[in-house]
Amino acid sequence: MAATATPQVTSTRVSQRTVIQGLLRDRVAFSALIVLAILYLSAAFADLLTPYSMEFNDPTYGNAPAAIIHWQDDQGRPAAPYVYQVRQENDPATFRQTFRELTEVKYPLKLLVHAESYKLLGLIPMDLHLFGVDAPARINLLGADMNGRDNFSRLFFGAQKSLTIGFLGLLIAFPIGIVYGGISGYLGGWADNLMMRFAEAVMSIPSLYLLIGLAAVLPLGMSSSERFALITVILSFISWPGLARVIRGMVLSIREEEFVQAAKSLGMPELQNIIKHVIPQTASYVIIAATMQVPSFILAESGLSLIGLGIQQPDASWGNMLKFAMDQPNELLAQPWLIAPGVLIFITILCYNCVGDVLRDVLDPKLAGGR
Amino acid sequence: MSLPIYILKRCLQAVPLLFMISIMAFTLLKIAPIDPLASMRANPSVSQAAIKAEEERLGLNKPAPVQYMIWASSAITGNLGMCTAGDPVLNRLAAHAGNTLMLNIISLICTWAIALPAGIYAAIHRGKIVDKIFGVLAAMGMSMPTFLLSFLLLMVALATGLFPIGGLTSANYNELDDWHKVLDMAHHLIIPVTVLTCVSMAGIQRQVRSNLLDVLRADYVRTARAKGLPENTVIYKHALRNAINPLITLLGFEFAGLLSGAALTEMVLAYPGLGRLTLEGMLTKDMNLVMASMMLGAIMLIAGNLFADILLKITDPRITTD
Repeated sequence: MAATATPQVTSTRVSQRTVIQGLLRDRVAFSALIVLAILYLSAAFADLLTPYSMEFNDPTYGNAPAAIIHWQDDQGRPAAPYVYQVRQENDPATFRQTFRELTEVKYPLKLLVHAESYKLLGLIPMDLHLFGVDAPARINLLGADMNGRDNFSRLFFGAQKSLTIGFLGLLIAFPIGIVYGGISGYLGGWADNLMMRFAEAVMSIPSLYLLIGLAAVLPLGMSSSERFALITVILSFISWPGLARVIRGMVLSIREEEFVQAAKSLGMPELQNIIKHVIPQTASYVIIAATMQVPSFILAESGLSLIGLGIQQPDASWGNMLKFAMDQPNELLAQPWLIAPGVLIFITILCYNCVGDVLRDVLDPKLAGGR
Repeated sequence: MSLPIYILKRCLQAVPLLFMISIMAFTLLKIAPIDPLASMRANPSVSQAAIKAEEERLGLNKPAPVQYMIWASSAITGNLGMCTAGDPVLNRLAAHAGNTLMLNIISLICTWAIALPAGIYAAIHRGKIVDKIFGVLAAMGMSMPTFLLSFLLLMVALATGLFPIGGLTSANYNELDDWHKVLDMAHHLIIPVTVLTCVSMAGIQRQVRSNLLDVLRADYVRTARAKGLPENTVIYKHALRNAINPLITLLGFEFAGLLSGAALTEMVLAYPGLGRLTLEGMLTKDMNLVMASMMLGAIMLIAGNLFADILLKITDPRITTD
């Protein structure tokens, strides 16, 4: 494609300290970083922070509403927080499910309870949970899904999948894009032409179709970790060509610059020259592009899982939790917590975009566009 | 290079590209472990002979390269084959493409009609309160997933009862007269159009604003002001015309997505469009249908890029096409 512009390389080296200072000085970016840190820490310590595990289910609590935490006793005096057990009842006339609180026994809300055992960070065996109530009562802060699993807990476990998939995707897509674009720009001529035509072919298939076509190829009977790994590979497959194209354009223009030409005239081999002098010049663009790319990975995963081709039940991801909202749109008002995973996706993407904007301003003032 | 030759060259370049895309798409669909006849095979009352006949009809009993050759040779002559259900792909695509085009074109118009003035206003009143409000809204819009906004609007619709939940027509659509048919459709279009407009508006508004700001800093704008031109002339004649280039590229992208860009929104809102048809076709491995739709999407993308490049060349004589 002829008339496409490549971003200009302006800043040569911005020291790491300026980048961090820039991020910390900007109030919006700083808050965004804090929110992201909270999200990632919550995902890492999901087992500790949640009352139930990802697989835990109580069939009697299927589609149960959010637990009501009572702060007053029967006489209306303030009391330590407690919940009641709820029982599912069917209205014989309308066949609607309703849930009634059984007010005989109060179940106090306890901090730091010993319940289901797990391995913290996959290493340390523990059974401590930040809060919980005694069985048979359940504390479903955001209700339970149709299988009686706690939505609140599953949000944390879903975060483990949805938030890491962006990073892992980057780790695959970016090396491919940089190497492919670098080689293409280095070789030039018909090889460059062929490589770019292939990248364009991948880019020319509407990305959602390509994504779903690739996901449909995955065999059904694979373990959840295999599936997670392959979905990551698929997501990176659709995002490398764009990067490769820009890197190629940058390599082509930077190799004409004086310092590169100087090294060449002093007898530096071409390939070494590219690796040592040209590729590092693309670093600031790559960092900005990486920050901006994470949201699209997260969106792609959730879109895929929403359609039912991404992370599969019983595993939780924000996308497949949202599928419950898509399957029963008429329940949205009665169970507004069904869209909670969507809100978290929104917050995550917002934070990444804010950080990306500021990073761009710091690393590449020319691209900042008058902010 | 003159424009017609340039266009011809680009079209010729597109042919091998489309060939490559079709092979990639076909291979991908072929290796997906989905059996299009699964429901027939699972049904004990369907005889083996009937399944054989169905395989014969869909060409499933031939090796994959032969199937591709059959598909490609008939597609070149304009025959896109039959859906698994038995009706011609062309008819089905046409029926759904109309709905999708209607949705996307209305959204496109709304998007640009709001984003362009909003971006200009924000650039001129830079740093003022309205600019800041626009900035926050744009940041939120750019981060908003279409499905979340769809769910939120569905909740509004449920709470107020003002808008229908999903679909394009009411149950009694066929009994209405023409005028009420239009009204009924418009009523159903409100939510999907709002979703698509809000989500794509944000990026364009920001782009307009930052381009215009860049240009407003240029020397010739200062000159124009210095020689005493009225502010409106400076902005609309000198600045805006020079800020338009990146927007044309954006418009090309939007054109590329006219048929396939809203697939997820269509899915969430149960809109009878091409995107939803294609996604469902993929899940049931309706080869002819999905191939046709994917190729259509690819052609739109290539055409969108070409369209943007031609417009760029017309509006900006500095750009060379070689």
